[in-house]
Amino acid sequence: MSASAGKRVQIHYYALLREQRGTAQELLVTSARSLRQLYLELSEQHRFSLSTEKLRVAVNDQLQGWDDPLQDNDRVVFIPPVAGG
Amino acid sequence: MFSLSTNPIDAALLRQSLQNPGAGALSVFEGWVRNHNEGRRVVLLEYEAFESLAQKEAERIIEEARQRFEILEAVCVHRVGRLNVGDVAVWVGVSAPHRDAAFKACRFLIDQIKTRLPIWKKEHYVDGSSIWVNCQTCADPVSNSNYRPHAIKIEQ
Repeated sequence: MSASAGKRVQIHYYALLREQRGTAQELLVTSARSLRQLYLELSEQHRFSLSTEKLRVAVNDQLQGWDDPLQDNDRVVFIPPVAGG
Repeated sequence: MFSLSTNPIDAALLRQSLQNPGAGALSVFEGWVRNHNEGRRVVLLEYEAFESLAQKEAERIIEEARQRFEILEAVCVHRVGRLNVGDVAVWVGVSAPHRDAAFKACRFLIDQIKTRLPIWKKEHYVDGSSIWVNCQTCADPVSNSNYRPHAIKIEQ
């Protein structure tokens, strides 16, 4: 299997994204290179209403940049605009 | 200390945890579920958190408060799950030798908690509708992405 065959990633969804995706988490194999690419693919597939400008993204509990590379076994969380308190 | 709680907040117990013989002041902020928001009647709030990151970020915020203000103890608790009107959604308490630091640190903590923690709130209205606060209003109109306005004739 070549290195470009795909990465296994775990994705967690919260709030509006969870509802739009219809699940709180999923495991998938993707060829997306960056976090942005991964989100854009999922967004197109599931018609997410939030753009990357409105979201933040965390990998393995650390905030990351959208253009950071996606690694095998990453646990990715897309973070919609927060509203605590 | 920060925690997320699925159970009602016990203010008396939290207050006790702030006791310190060097404290001359205690400042407490409680965020309550109110029955209206932006002109709409709210009947229920639903809170959801990305727990591991919320915990880490809250601990960072408390550490920042300790650096900025002369305080002794600081405790913050945020509810998750379904809350009714009148329930305490968030509780922040700070003890300090003097009131100025207690007030300022308390204000700092609640402000940072509201803007930095990955916590979301869904408002349920009296008419049965609901929205995720800050998500719906800023959502890009995806459903309109295929919408094309009538051709605009450009006058030469």
